[in-house]
Amino acid sequence: MSVLVVTEQRAGKWHKMSWEALAAGQQVAEALGTEVSVAVLGSSIDPSGTDSLAQELAGNQVSRVLTVQHELLEDYTPDGYASALRQVIEKISPRLVLFPHTYQVRDFGPKLATSLNRPFLSDAIAVRVEKGELVFVRPLFQGKMNADVSLAGDPPYFASIQSGAFRPDSLKKSETAALIESVAVSLEGAEIRTRPGEWFRESKGEVDLSSAEIIVSVGRGIKDPQNIPLAEELAKALGGEIGASRPICDNGWLPLDRQVGSSGQTVSPKLYLALGISGAIQHVVGMKGSKTIAAINQDSSAPIFEIADYGIVGDLFEVVPALTEAIKQAKEE
Amino acid sequence: MNIFVCLKQVPARDSVIRVDAAGSWIEEPNLSHEMNEPDAFALEEGLRLKEKHGGEVVTVSAGPARAASTIREALAKGADRGILIEDDRFTDVDTLATARALAAALKKESCDLILTGLQSDDAGFGQTGVILAELLGLPHATIIMEVNVQEGAISVKRELEAGWFQNVDIPLPALLTIQSGINKLRYATLMGIKKAKNKPLQRYSPDELGADLTPSQIIRRLYTPQKTKGTQFLEGSPQEAAAKLAEKLKFEACVL
Repeated sequence: MSVLVVTEQRAGKWHKMSWEALAAGQQVAEALGTEVSVAVLGSSIDPSGTDSLAQELAGNQVSRVLTVQHELLEDYTPDGYASALRQVIEKISPRLVLFPHTYQVRDFGPKLATSLNRPFLSDAIAVRVEKGELVFVRPLFQGKMNADVSLAGDPPYFASIQSGAFRPDSLKKSETAALIESVAVSLEGAEIRTRPGEWFRESKGEVDLSSAEIIVSVGRGIKDPQNIPLAEELAKALGGEIGASRPICDNGWLPLDRQVGSSGQTVSPKLYLALGISGAIQHVVGMKGSKTIAAINQDSSAPIFEIADYGIVGDLFEVVPALTEAIKQAKEE
Repeated sequence: MNIFVCLKQVPARDSVIRVDAAGSWIEEPNLSHEMNEPDAFALEEGLRLKEKHGGEVVTVSAGPARAASTIREALAKGADRGILIEDDRFTDVDTLATARALAAALKKESCDLILTGLQSDDAGFGQTGVILAELLGLPHATIIMEVNVQEGAISVKRELEAGWFQNVDIPLPALLTIQSGINKLRYATLMGIKKAKNKPLQRYSPDELGADLTPSQIIRRLYTPQKTKGTQFLEGSPQEAAAKLAEKLKFEACVL
């Protein structure tokens, strides 16, 4: 009863979270005293074992690499991916199937598990084994709480690993390449009901926040678009860019290309100053790599303070103008 | 077009959440509740599609008795009727059990389009819609930012990661999970609130629907996350705290 890790690639390029899921798979398999295998799906995965993606996977400590090739897996569809993986799972009967918690996995993971009448634990930030039983940790209530969750019933168990929970550099490499094995799946065009189009991007003249050294970011706490200039003045004093959490861009208070988080940009500036941002996981995954994080929030229990180096609990409408002045002064001295 | 919108009632956004005595869920009694925000966007999208293409908007919720107020709010905004599957266990039961109950109620209806929010603001699994589609044998698409109706099909704009999008064509009937920000929410009018009182609200118990609420994801313990960083809290008046932060940024973080 092994652990199976399902990776994600598109047009020959890895989704980076695949490595975090694989690191999680290695650690859980070790705790369970079992083996980990890893699967890669696509239309151009060479089943002969010479595929470069498969070979890259085989360089890690895994019992085997499973390649799943079918022309109907070229563009991602929930029907195609769920059907192919169901066939793989039925063939190898894993105890646990782990995925990276990507948008794509959110789209088909629960469908796959449901088709096997099993639950899907999304968003795991830790996994441990207690008396032989798997216990997952996942955030609830917008990150204000964590829960230890176990899954009832028989295997296979399904879970997705949230970004940042397992370090890709903790991956155990292997000097001897693992066995690469092709798993044949049968798919019919008729079972794929959706027609996916090309990927596209919208905003023109996009702001590249990823190269900014200082970002002042605003969240719901800013309350009104008329208050945005407060943050802009602070950003100007600091010589930084302005960023925002999702609700601010949803409301059109700042353009979409200012959005930081899973659906926006991932940033790692020297300083990230969060104003009135609670710190929901979708935002945090986009900025937690920042060197220094400072947060100003009215709610002392806001999850942003879990990752902040400096915190001020207070009214941002009072603190921010004072901070702008203090920064100007500190720069002059 | 018969449009069904699934709504969840969740603790109000600014609620102070406390762990209950059993340590496995939150203290419910003193909380105020509201419509889950992503679901509000799903409702708005449903109402707009009805206004454009005709038909009916039906709201469906699985929750304790208090969830009826969220359905009434939807009726006040313009939904035609509501369905409440009522049971206290829905407050903390897992997504599979919730989706099974919703599926059992929806199987009694003739649905062209089912809409849900992409996730709930409380449990945040983000999967009830996807599971529901699978249980009903319907195609689905998630994290939708635009819906265009064609003859017997729809074309949707799906949000991908890092600013990418994709259009997807789906035959009807289908299920979509709606992303926040897809539209601008309306307020209920006084007339709407008045009318809502006379709109039909059908209540079911899970038993009547033959829905099994045995959870398959069991919360063993709920707790406040441990801080991973030793945050330095800077105290004093706004001026004092701001001055301290400026100093820290200059001399400790060296970013000025």
